Amino acid sequence: MKIPYFPGCTLKATAKSFEVSGIAVGKELGIEFVEMPRWNCCGTVYSLATDDLMHQLAPVRNLAVVESDMEENRVVSFCSMCYNTLRQANNLVINDPEKLKTINEFMDTEKDYRGGVEPLHLLQVLGEVGTKEMEKRVKKPLTGLKLVPYYGCTLVRPEDVSIDDPRDPSIMEEIMKAMGADIIDIEYKTECCGSYQTITNRDAVVERTRKIIESAREAGGDVIILSCPLCDFNLEDRQREVREKYHGFIEMPVLYFTQLMALAMGLEDKAGFEGNQIDPRPLLEERGLLEG
Amino acid sequence: MSENKEKMITVYIMGKAYEVPFGLTIMKAMEYAGYRFIRGSGCRAGFCGACATVYRNKGEYKFQTALACQATAEDGMYLAQLPFVPANRKEYDIAMINPEKNVLSEYYPEINRCVSCNTCTKSCPQELDVMYYIQAAIRGDYGEVSKLSFDCIQCGLCAARCPAEITHYHVAQLARRIYGKYHLQIPEHLLKRIEDIDAGKFDNEIGKLKKMGMKELKEEYTSRTIEKIQRGEVTQ
Amino acid sequence: MELKIGYDDKNLALMKEVEEISGQPVMLCYQCGKCSSSCPMADDMDYLPNQVMKFIQIGATEKILEGNTPWICAECFNCTVECPKGIDIAAVMEALRLSILRKNIDVLRIESIAEEEIEDLPPIALVAAMRKLTG
Ligand code: FES
Repeated sequence: MKIPYFPGCTLKATAKSFEVSGIAVGKELGIEFVEMPRWNCCGTVYSLATDDLMHQLAPVRNLAVVESDMEENRVVSFCSMCYNTLRQANNLVINDPEKLKTINEFMDTEKDYRGGVEPLHLLQVLGEVGTKEMEKRVKKPLTGLKLVPYYGCTLVRPEDVSIDDPRDPSIMEEIMKAMGADIIDIEYKTECCGSYQTITNRDAVVERTRKIIESAREAGGDVIILSCPLCDFNLEDRQREVREKYHGFIEMPVLYFTQLMALAMGLEDKAGFEGNQIDPRPLLEERGLLEG
Repeated sequence: MSENKEKMITVYIMGKAYEVPFGLTIMKAMEYAGYRFIRGSGCRAGFCGACATVYRNKGEYKFQTALACQATAEDGMYLAQLPFVPANRKEYDIAMINPEKNVLSEYYPEINRCVSCNTCTKSCPQELDVMYYIQAAIRGDYGEVSKLSFDCIQCGLCAARCPAEITHYHVAQLARRIYGKYHLQIPEHLLKRIEDIDAGKFDNEIGKLKKMGMKELKEEYTSRTIEKIQRGEVTQ
Repeated sequence: MELKIGYDDKNLALMKEVEEISGQPVMLCYQCGKCSSSCPMADDMDYLPNQVMKFIQIGATEKILEGNTPWICAECFNCTVECPKGIDIAAVMEALRLSILRKNIDVLRIESIAEEEIEDLPPIALVAAMRKLTG
């Protein structure tokens, strides 16, 4: 399967391990992600104002490029925020031809967007492959590794863009079970990490990080897995501040789910563990999943 | 040609109508009308970027942008010269920069306000993909910014038109400097030439030039021979 | 808590502005409080989301703009999903933000973010914050 791929800024900057591992896993499963010939930042957060079309230009421009340059009708992003923004913007213009017309007046180097592209998230594309197919590729099952899936907001809210049951999604669980891992459910699974408040309300985000990691720890989890580079920054990088504030706080590795898929499929050179703030390698070695 | 010389057109400079001969650049048309350029003009050859101009054609709603020394004045044009763009420019020491980090975002965080409206690209008289190089800057891709912005002459029109208040051309210049210093290989022939200069190999010739009068210098310049340099070859 | 309520031109204008920008029927809110109980940032808010809704309804707009609620909101859509009246409360918060940002006021002063901090931040955080907190 070939599918147009929208990387988004952060996968090319601070979340390279997500891109590298995701592309490797896709290849193993017979999916070729074809990077768009040109693309711009999706905007990362969807504008909720009825009269603010300027902030819809970025996502729609990308969709127009998929439609006109690539002549395709789907596009996949790995980043949850990109997925959410592209999807919400797409819904907006499909349901409001007047707004689409106005937006198209700003598409001077693209053809007018006609609403013919479906934005998808990586998890949905993997879901199409199916867990049966995935199981066949597992070379090193993640036996005994207790994973805590964290969806955050943008994969499941608002409801009309949710990739799964918005209150109790399970798509990540199923994929990771196919990799041989154990799954731990926590109540914070679909709760916000604080998002961009990490700049303006850092303490609040540090507090949320503590709650989420502690609840994962209490439930017996080893590793948090997720698919959003901003969740990752908040849950992983901000743990340092939690540790400085709270004595006795024990750090927990936070990984993109594709990093562990890569490991399970015998592609550990593509897992990019060395780039993680909290090094997961000691834990993985201890569990016999990595050579020391 | 001689017919054209007779032909006069009407342009509106800051709202006032002037008759000027057809075929002049915007800059020359304004000078014909009696304006003197104290600022906003330099090389008059499309290289220095000093002459950024905004105009509108008769019967059209759109603002157009151009270099006044390059674009031809047309009948019915509404002209106004931009004296200067008071754009944000960061001071930095290129030697102190960590090229592993996204220094562009660090020094010009406002690039993250880009809404991909493409106004910068539309306003660029050099026809650069300005919007896409700002996008590359957001993700810290120095090479891509350098490639896409290489022909920038820093006229400032992008910055003047940007709804997100980004100063594209300064961001691009920083990117090219970082790329040049930290990512590109240093050309060997350049190192050799610098060595030669330091060793005083050209002192004599420079000394001669310094002593020449204006007339002699001009003659020397026009009668100079241009050496053809093969790739990778060092000419003496 | 001192509360100035009642409709005057100023707060009627804000009420109208919020309803227009958000496209949401603010008056439908009947104070069940589900938005606030589902809000992950509620602990840090001066006024809870349901209080903000009430303030808009009764014309106590000064109170809202004194408080930090719209600026603490991280647009997680919990409130929107939970609201039994189908009000997109996240959009109401967006409208409140824009009522300030559109006056050419930046709530996040970009110049105040330390350069060392930007070095570590992912682009996604910077773009999001600037879209939501600068005008
Ligand atoms: S005067 Fe130098 S570019 Fe026009």
